[in-house]
Amino acid sequence: MTLHSAFPAAPLLSVSGLTKRYGARIGCADVGFDLYPGEVLGIVGESGSGKSTLLACLAGHQVPDEGRILYDGRDLRALPETERRRLSRTDWAFVHQNPRDGLRMGVSAGGNVGERLMAVGARHYGQIRGKAADWLGRVEIAADRIDDRPSAFSGGMQQRLQIARNLVTGPRLVFMDEPTGGLDVSVQARLLDLLRGLVRDLGLSVIIVTHDLAVVRLLADRLMVMKSGRVVEQGLTDQVLDDPQHAYTQLLVSSVLQV
Amino acid sequence: MIRIENLSKSFTLHNQGGAVLPVMAGAGLTVAPGECVGLTGQSGAGKSTLMRMVWGNYLAAGGHIWVGDLDIARAEPRQIIRLRRETLGYVSQFLRVVPRVPTIEVVAEPLLQLGTDPAAARARAADLLARLNIPERLWALSPTTFSGGEQQRVNIARGFAHPCPALLLDEPTASLDAVNREVVLTLIEEAKARGAAILGIFHDEAARARVCDRLVDVTGFTPQAAA
Repeated sequence: MTLHSAFPAAPLLSVSGLTKRYGARIGCADVGFDLYPGEVLGIVGESGSGKSTLLACLAGHQVPDEGRILYDGRDLRALPETERRRLSRTDWAFVHQNPRDGLRMGVSAGGNVGERLMAVGARHYGQIRGKAADWLGRVEIAADRIDDRPSAFSGGMQQRLQIARNLVTGPRLVFMDEPTGGLDVSVQARLLDLLRGLVRDLGLSVIIVTHDLAVVRLLADRLMVMKSGRVVEQGLTDQVLDDPQHAYTQLLVSSVLQV
Repeated sequence: MIRIENLSKSFTLHNQGGAVLPVMAGAGLTVAPGECVGLTGQSGAGKSTLMRMVWGNYLAAGGHIWVGDLDIARAEPRQIIRLRRETLGYVSQFLRVVPRVPTIEVVAEPLLQLGTDPAAARARAADLLARLNIPERLWALSPTTFSGGEQQRVNIARGFAHPCPALLLDEPTASLDAVNREVVLTLIEEAKARGAAILGIFHDEAARARVCDRLVDVTGFTPQAAA
């Protein structure tokens, strides 16, 4: 039975015909996919391929011009703004490439995590602090740093703090925009390990935008390749990387330097 | 358990003038539960290509690849993901892991993915690592710094952690010493005894003769030969 529940029949997110234009220019065009609970979807493509625009539309940061986004069976574009905001506080999380965009730099680490809990109604100080401390532990930030501000943290620690802040409210869907970008490779590996464990243990669904093919190979179940705003290829991650079908994907894969 | 019918494969090299390379046509074979079938043929004849199509990281151009009741040639990605977790195991020649993750966790992961109790998963991983003679002091370290033979054994331990009904083995005894080679061959025999269907590539002829019930020469599946 546990096996069955790990492979639910209905998608958590179902996207079709999603299009966003900036004037005459295309941000992304006719994007469609289903994301199931517990699945990690990678989106790769070079700068300007529309992957960040797509993520912003999905997360509700931008309004698409056309298309449909069903979340848990509900049409997001038809939802009232208040309901969308509630979802973005409770069900969704967004991990930015630059932790400064996702953290409050003037507030302590514990406060950064606790603030999200208060936003969904938590009021008991002791419980909020306890839960914040628990999450700092999960992302491997030492307990004695709870009262320090993120500005005193290294880049890798800031990124882990951002993840704790985002996951403390128990979201079901996490958007990540280049979460390992700008980090040293040793720090990247630690973050990848952390993310994999969290996805597995919490059953998170994740959409991760990156240009790092090594990161998606280790993290993503499925992969979508974008070029000029369109999805040129999608499939199982190792199939897209090992047997790419589209000319652009072949170029992308063959351009990676071997270590 | 594994049934391949009229399978074909070609590669289109878009960045090399759109050259189309037909590499396989009319491939067919079956592997019954408890049976081990070895693929033979010269280097470049398509043994690995066939294995990868069964694993699903190479797309089939035509035909069918049944593993249990799923046709991998036509399956949705999420069906293949599920098949790989529950039914189909793969011991490749290379270990691909997140750096920094301890060896014991790397081996236990397929079980953790299935929701096995973490203590039981680690106990199973420890048992396999011990059988494969990986010293216990290395279990807490990442295998990325291990020798080739040690990495291969970690890979084998990981591949055998969950008792899959179907198993793909790509050169499982390559780069192993006699003692560890014997352990791996015993693991394969045990998997057969519990009913696993195994498809493998073995360059080690003695190993092949010992564990394989039948051999299939993939040279017969090259398009020129089929024409």
